[in-house]
Amino acid sequence: MKKLLTAAVVISMGFALAGCPKKPAVKENPSAGTQVPAGDGSSGTTGADTSPQTGAATPFADSGSASAAAAAFSGKIIYFDYDKIEIKPEYAGIVTEAARNLVAHPGWRVRLEGNTDERGTREYNIGLGERRAQAVRRALMLAGAGDGQLTTVSYGEERPAVEGEEEAAFAKNRRVELVALP
Amino acid sequence: MNKKPLSWLFVALLAGGGAARAELVVEITQGQADAIPIAIVPFAAADPAPVFDVAQVVSADLASSGRFVPMSRNDMADRPFKGADIVFNDWRALNTDYIVVGQLQTLDAQRYSVVFELFNVLNHQRLLGFQITSNRAGLRLASHQVADMIYEKIIGVRGAFATRIAYIAVAGRAPSKQYRLLVADADGENPRVVMQSSEPLMSPAWSPDGQSLAYVSFENRLPAVYVQQLKSGERRRVSARSGVNQAPAWSTDGKKLALTLSSRDGNLDIYILDLASQGLTRFTDDAAIDTEPQWSRDGQSLYFTSDRAGGPQIYKQALTAGSRAQRLTFQGAYNARPRLSPDESELAFVTQDGSGYHIAVQDLHGRGDMRVLTKGRFDESPSFAPSGAVLIYASRDRGRGVLALVSTDGRVQQRLVSSEGEVREPAWASY
Repeated sequence: MKKLLTAAVVISMGFALAGCPKKPAVKENPSAGTQVPAGDGSSGTTGADTSPQTGAATPFADSGSASAAAAAFSGKIIYFDYDKIEIKPEYAGIVTEAARNLVAHPGWRVRLEGNTDERGTREYNIGLGERRAQAVRRALMLAGAGDGQLTTVSYGEERPAVEGEEEAAFAKNRRVELVALP
Repeated sequence: MNKKPLSWLFVALLAGGGAARAELVVEITQGQADAIPIAIVPFAAADPAPVFDVAQVVSADLASSGRFVPMSRNDMADRPFKGADIVFNDWRALNTDYIVVGQLQTLDAQRYSVVFELFNVLNHQRLLGFQITSNRAGLRLASHQVADMIYEKIIGVRGAFATRIAYIAVAGRAPSKQYRLLVADADGENPRVVMQSSEPLMSPAWSPDGQSLAYVSFENRLPAVYVQQLKSGERRRVSARSGVNQAPAWSTDGKKLALTLSSRDGNLDIYILDLASQGLTRFTDDAAIDTEPQWSRDGQSLYFTSDRAGGPQIYKQALTAGSRAQRLTFQGAYNARPRLSPDESELAFVTQDGSGYHIAVQDLHGRGDMRVLTKGRFDESPSFAPSGAVLIYASRDRGRGVLALVSTDGRVQQRLVSSEGEVREPAWASY
């Protein structure tokens, strides 16, 4: 479990300067996020309509359910001003609601993913992203969330939400995303 | 929807298949006005269909330095392949200062000999005459070595054509991006995939012996520092501590890594990891962001970025306990990511002004004046060539990440553009 890689494919190539490249050794470790389910797209279904059919989704309470936690934090993103780590008043509601959910469900855990825009050096931006994630962590703890429910990670400028070289894109990338952990 | 990861897995396997498809293309954006005219005559070969165009690679190398203007083949009236056949007055009339002639000899099924001579056209003096044997796969490297020898003979400084660069390439769009760590010849040819992942890869750093790369991978969604041996592909996870694991930098003896870790409350500090014993020593202890370490040549100090004075600036601090950090940059509000020239006479870094982020160098022995070398809005990640005369860095061109080179005097500039996707974070290996 610890060594579970998320869709990482390691290809090691021979590097002998004047020799032929060795055959690449390919290691693939499956993960829930990217594995193609067995039977998907299999043959023998011609003619019949086999497309999945579902009714409308209805919410249900389940304090231990990972999917309920995922739904509670889905799309919860706090945006920041340039070079700032302060949480703006318009995002206080997200913090309050997230803290309330964490207090109500002590088994829930959330990862705070800090991000920056593309300006500045990559490693320094890792530091800025971490500061933003920590600012949200402090705010959630002040609002009652437990320390053990919160982890942080900084992606710096490595995972932009929007590609672009203008302020409109930058503003979408300076953010902390709340992600429920299973 | 579930098919996507599978389809780009196939792309990944094709791309990693070892074929030496040119990943990067060189464009010279600014050359030196007084560049030296030289004629590299196509090499003679016994085979009517030569297996390799040595003169073409030598010519491209010398042109890419910005210090030479190789003569177009269409302008050559004659194609001598040994010194005795050169009619110097004809070449003098074509205004070339130097001429290179040679042959590609086939020794047996897999072995070749690259034979070449360099002459001064004005005084007919033979400056070089060498022969390099090689197998088929080594002909490109042999050609770079020819270019290095010519460059050193005429310019008086060792060339860096037969060296390698590592860089990060990113293809596709979110959420199915593909990150690759590649190693290529310094001219962008011969790219080999070292590692690829659907999560970010960053901060490649060459071991001093050129055998391994350290880098950061987010393959588990969390950062970890890995060390990978290039020849065997053997990979070791050397730091996956709670929080930040970033910015690896090799000590001069290759036995330690400086890296950036964080405390539970997110404070970034620099630590030193002994690779053999796994022992960890704290280096900075400060409430600011301390990161982007680089070792001094004597292994006794680290250069690094810190925002302890407000904005990021570059500092130097000795490893001995109780040493104080000395601030090195004072011009401008943002100076970060230091890299040292091979002789440690100059510091390259990223500086910000009203027009964006540029590459600057600063003399470490003189008055400490900063020279801004580039004009891009998003220039970053400078890395010195082992010759110390050129820097490679990451830039942006029409919304795409490209690699660019600039001579430390700012006069020669060129660009390495990827055929697809974008490239960034170049790191030049030592000789």
